[in-house]
Parts: sequence; structure tokens; C-alpha cells
Amino acid sequence: MTVIGWIQILLYCAIVVALVKPLGWYMTRVFNGEHTFLSPVLRPVERGIYWVGGVDERREQHWLTYAVAMLLFHVGGFFIIYGLMRLQAVLPFNPAGQSAVAEDLSFNTAISFLTNTNWQNYGGESTLSYLVQMLGLTHQNFLSAATGIALAMALIRGFSRSSVRTIGNFWVDVTRCTLYVLLPICIVYTVFLVWQGIPQTLGAYVDATTLEGGKQTIALGPVASQVAIKMLGTNGGGFFNANAAHPFENPTALSNFVQMISIFALGAALTNVFGRMVGNERQGWAILAVMGVLFLAGVTVTYWAEANGTNALQALGLTGGNMEGKEVRFGIVASSLFAVITTAASCGAVNAMHDSFTALGGMIPLINMQLGEIIVGGVGAGLYGMLLFVVLSIFVAGLMVGRTPEYVGKKIEAREVKMAMLAILVLPLMYLGWTAVAVVLPSAVASMANAGPHGFTEVLYAYTSATGNNGSAFAGLTGNTFFYNLTLAVSMFVGRFFMIVPAMAMAGSLAGKKSIPPSAGTLPTTGGLFVGLVVGVILIIGGLTFFPALALGPIVEHLAMTANTLF
Amino acid sequence: MLREIRPAIIVLVVLTAITGLVYPLAMTAIAGAIFPKQAQGSLIERNGTVVGSALIGQEFKDDKYFHGRPSATVAPDPNDASKTVPAPYNAANSGGSNLGPTSKALHDRVKEDVEKLRAENPSAAVPIDLVTTSASGLDPDISPDAALFQVPRVAKARSLSEDAVRQLVTQNTQGRFAGILGEPRVNVLALNLALDGASSK
Repeated sequence: MTVIGWIQILLYCAIVVALVKPLGWYMTRVFNGEHTFLSPVLRPVERGIYWVGGVDERREQHWLTYAVAMLLFHVGGFFIIYGLMRLQAVLPFNPAGQSAVAEDLSFNTAISFLTNTNWQNYGGESTLSYLVQMLGLTHQNFLSAATGIALAMALIRGFSRSSVRTIGNFWVDVTRCTLYVLLPICIVYTVFLVWQGIPQTLGAYVDATTLEGGKQTIALGPVASQVAIKMLGTNGGGFFNANAAHPFENPTALSNFVQMISIFALGAALTNVFGRMVGNERQGWAILAVMGVLFLAGVTVTYWAEANGTNALQALGLTGGNMEGKEVRFGIVASSLFAVITTAASCGAVNAMHDSFTALGGMIPLINMQLGEIIVGGVGAGLYGMLLFVVLSIFVAGLMVGRTPEYVGKKIEAREVKMAMLAILVLPLMYLGWTAVAVVLPSAVASMANAGPHGFTEVLYAYTSATGNNGSAFAGLTGNTFFYNLTLAVSMFVGRFFMIVPAMAMAGSLAGKKSIPPSAGTLPTTGGLFVGLVVGVILIIGGLTFFPALALGPIVEHLAMTANTLF
Repeated sequence: MLREIRPAIIVLVVLTAITGLVYPLAMTAIAGAIFPKQAQGSLIERNGTVVGSALIGQEFKDDKYFHGRPSATVAPDPNDASKTVPAPYNAANSGGSNLGPTSKALHDRVKEDVEKLRAENPSAAVPIDLVTTSASGLDPDISPDAALFQVPRVAKARSLSEDAVRQLVTQNTQGRFAGILGEPRVNVLALNLALDGASSK
């Protein structure tokens, strides 16, 4: 670890925190339907969409209607992506002549982008046409991100409103998020990325004659416009197979730094939106503090482990940390930091190959996802995931002192706690269950690229990433088989919707409750005690759930590595 | 519930058209107008032919060129489409080795490369980036140490003085952005083009 490395990490944190208030202020105005500086241009477009869609923007929805609208929206999105992939060979914008994508891979990819996972069982440049990249994937990058933020808004309204039956209008939330938040930022962001060197063209792949006379086919495409939203919307699906490690997706140290900021920007700002809507910004800062503690702990471990390198490399007299699977322009620190950010948020873009990380360096991304991606988290998804843990923590605190727990003026009762537990328990059921199945199926074991405990970690990582809707991978695992395409798709689906529906049910029941003023017996939820309590609950629940699995994978591998065992 | 079906179709189609067609196509037009070179992939031409992209690494094996990092990219096997064969710096199929910290295959590969490099230049420590594959397999850069390590070989193959070659390395070394972000690096293609330019004078 170096001083310049830590300066990069701290500079990163400072900029993310500095953006929280302005972005939170702007987003609060957007979702409350107030006037913004973009309204003169966008308001007519917004009204036009409501008019053709038959949406009455003043009519709000019950939580069930809100959830059904969200599900219907996804059904349509599924058919668009699946259809485009199956038909890409006969559709335009296909200069590389890609053929139709197989049924199981199309199914997996459609679910993958729908659920904001963006798991890549395909290699972008070798599988997909430009049309699929734009109309199939870029559009779903926007809409799944907008959906996540809309759902977080619905849950926030559950806390901030008193004795009402409605939690907002799904169509209005999604439209506003897309038009006022995501699109304007992405337009500026894309221009920046092209300036840094990311291609944005519909032209065909270029054949170059290298200096030594060889032939090199260089894949191109409308890359920058997709990279912008893949980062901002914490989607993470790369245009190319190597994702943000590819020089065309992330050409410079500056583009890398801005991409890292854009992963956290909206998710962190949503904590401020929460604070503003419940009438006390400090409630938002307390949640961000919980996230910050867990984040810095993760960064420290991964950076330390990667800077130390592996015993095998040290034994050969090599110094300078573990550079296998990392790019020179990023080095150890920017690769480690990116890995922790992308898994803390549910982004899943990678600028280094996590599969080649040291055992402990790669364990932190795994833990981040297993905790439910609540450290800032996916846009929207991170906040509602974190609020589920907050509800549990408040419940635990209530048990300790023997009072009905309350949070930001709402009594937390049996229904809320049940919904929170349902959402939190479904995740380990998926990733532990499918991992257990996969490691006893010979055909599934054959997909592992590494032998020994590392192979087990590859499988555990895949299901964890899918269930958490992250999308990063220990990419050695050959995921494009019938078994993995199907079971990973199931994990992504359950991981997304079995978390969303209970969260919506909780939003509905909270909105119906009266707001009660804090009394002398109310646990203050803006101080260090509360932050410590939530961090503790997260680590205890998380630790109990997945420690045994980690012991079989990265922990055993670390011990093997220090004993100089190779597999 | 039924009245949610109309917006589910129409709002979806309209937003899809805006974000999936209007946005990327408009950005393509804007990018092409403001930054035409970058938008086309930062291609480098020499005597009218495209020799590569400034951002994409390419394979160098000849002694008279600086070599980039090992690359783990593959291509479909021409004899059996279900298998792949090594194809270093395949810019149409990026990817890393994905070998883990306790991989014997990784250890053996690195050991072989280290021994080769030690034989080539026994006077300096082997820089780690010269024996590890990058994440993309297309890393255009090497560390300044890795470039300096190769100076004696390149100078000998080109009958240039080591000082002249070392000077070219220094000229082609890029520092951290604003002195803070990223790592110092040398773009291998740019360095080799400069080298060809210097030799032809």
C-alpha cells in the first residue's frame, strides 16, 4: 500500500460525499414534480408520454397496483430483448454479421438485463449486433435503473407519508427518472467518455496491419453511450467481453475515476433524498455513514491483499503486488478500489479480473454481494435493501428495551419485520442452494476454470452475483451452458423480485400508518449508536449466513496459498 | 389492474425508442462531429494503412520492438468451433486468463517467462507486468520499469546506443493524471512507432 494509493481512495470518497447534497436536492425536486432547470425542455416530452400512454399523473397507486405495473413493464422488456437477440441476424445495424443468439443464452441475457444484473454469459463483441447493444441492452440499462429508483421512492414515501393508501405512480416515477435524471447526465457523460477515447460509431470492425505485419481485427461500436448508463445506472453489462478493463470501455485513469464516481453517485444521493422526504437530512447521513464504514473496511482489506500479491509470485522474485488480470494504467489501487465499489453497489462492471485476485482480495467483493449490496448498492435497490436491514436493527433494539420499535415516526410491527425477513432470507436460499446443487453435478463442475477451492469460489461467486443482481464474475467459469444459463436466470429473477415485492408490501403498510412524534423512549436514529447497531446487525446476519461457505472457498484458499500449495 | 396494460405497452415502447435509438444515434452524430478521431477508435495510420489503435495493444515478438504484456485472449479453433486456441491481442474477443492465486498453470507460465527474461537481461529485476496477463488481453501499456528492462535488447537489435533508446522511453512515458490518478505507463505501440521513426532517419 502506498501514500499515493490512499490519496486516490480518499479523494474518491470526498467527491462522492460532496455530490450527495446537490444530487439529493435535485432528485427530490424531480420526484415531487417540482420545477427544475430542465423543465422547459423536458416537461412537454413528459406530458406527451403520459398522453399517449393514457397515464393520469395525478392519480396515485396502491402498493399492489404499483407492483403490478412494475411487473407488466418487465414482461414487455423481456420480450423486446429476447426477440431482438433471436432475430438479430435479419435486423439492421449488424456490420459484423452476428448470427442469431441461442435460445438459452437469449433467455439468460434477457433476464439478466431486466433485473439490472447484466451478467454476461456472452462476449459482447463476438456475439451481439449493434442493434441489440443499443435497442436491447442500452434501453434496458436505463429502464431497470429507473425502476430501481422508482421503487426506492415508493418505499421512501411509505415512511414519509401518514395514513394514506397510495405510494406514488409507477409510470410517473419511471418517466421522470429517465427523462430528468438519467438521460441528461448520460448525454454530458457520453461526450466526456468519447473525449477520453471511447468509440461511438456504427462503422464496421476495422482490420489493422500491425507493425510486425500481422492482422488485427479491432471491434468497435456505439460504446460510449452504453458505458455511460451502464455505470450511472449500476448495471455493469459491458459492451465488450472484458468490460471496463477493455481499453475502449475505460481508456484512461481519468475515465476510470469518473466511472467509479458515477457508480456511487445516484445511490449515495438517494440517502439524502430519503432524509429530505422524512424531514430530517441527518437520517440520510446516518444511513450513508453505515455504508461508509462497511465500504472503507472492504477497501482496506482488498487493497492490502492485492498489494501484497501471492506467495507463488513472490517466490519467483516478483514484487509490486498481484498484477495478473489487471491493467497497467489502473495498477493495484484503482483495480482494488473499483472491485470493491462495483460489488458494494450492484454494478458488476469490472476493470480487472476478479477471478485472478488473491483469495482475500476476491473475498471482499463476494462478501459485499452476500450482504445484499446495501453499501450504497444498486440505484434504488441499495437504499431499499438497506432500509430492510434498518427495520431489522430497529426491531432488535426494540426487543432489547422492551418497547414497540419505531423509525422516522413509524411504528415497526410484525408485518414489516416479516416482510424484511422474507426479503433477506430469500437471497442466501438462492446462492447457497444453487451452489450446493452445482458442485455435485459433474457437468456443472466441468465448467470450473480453476482447480481446488478456487473452483468452488467461482461457482459460489456466480450464484451470489446473479442473486444479488450484480453481474460481475469470477469469469473463468464457463457460464454459457444450459444448466448455468437456466439456474443463473432463476437466481437473478428471484433475487430481484422476491426482494422488491416484500419491500413494496412494506411501503404500502407503512404509508397507511399514522406518523407519531418522537418521545423520550424513542431510539435516536441519527447518531453513532444507531450506526454501530446497524453495522453490527448486518455483519451478524451476514456472517451467520455465509461464513461456512466462505470457509470452504476463499479462506481455505488463503491458507493453502500461505502454505505454498498449488492446484 | 387492467388499465395498467396500456401504459405498460406504450410507455415502454416510447421510452425504449428514446433511450435505445434516439439517444445512442444522437450521441453517435454528436461524438462524430466533436471528437471524430476518438469516436472511430483512435486509429493510427502510417503510409495510408491502419496499423492499429492508439488504445489497443498489439503483439510484438521481434527483438527490435518493445514487447507488451503477455495476452490471454483466444480465438475459435479453425478445426473445431467448440474449442478455442490462444490468439494473443485478439481485439475482437477481449478477456483475461482468469487463473487464480493458487493456480499451478499460472505459476508454471510465469516461471517460464521469468526465466526467459532473466536470461535476456540478468542485470535488472524482472518487472511483474511483463510476466502477468492483463484483464482485457489488450493492455496497450507497460510500466516504465518494463520498458527500461527491454532497452539493452532493443538497442542491440537496432544497433542504436542504449542511451538513445532510453531517451525514447522517457519521452514516451506518461505520468499519473494530475500527478495523482492511475499509474505511470508507456504506450508500447507509440514507443515502437517512435523507434521506427528514429531508425529510419
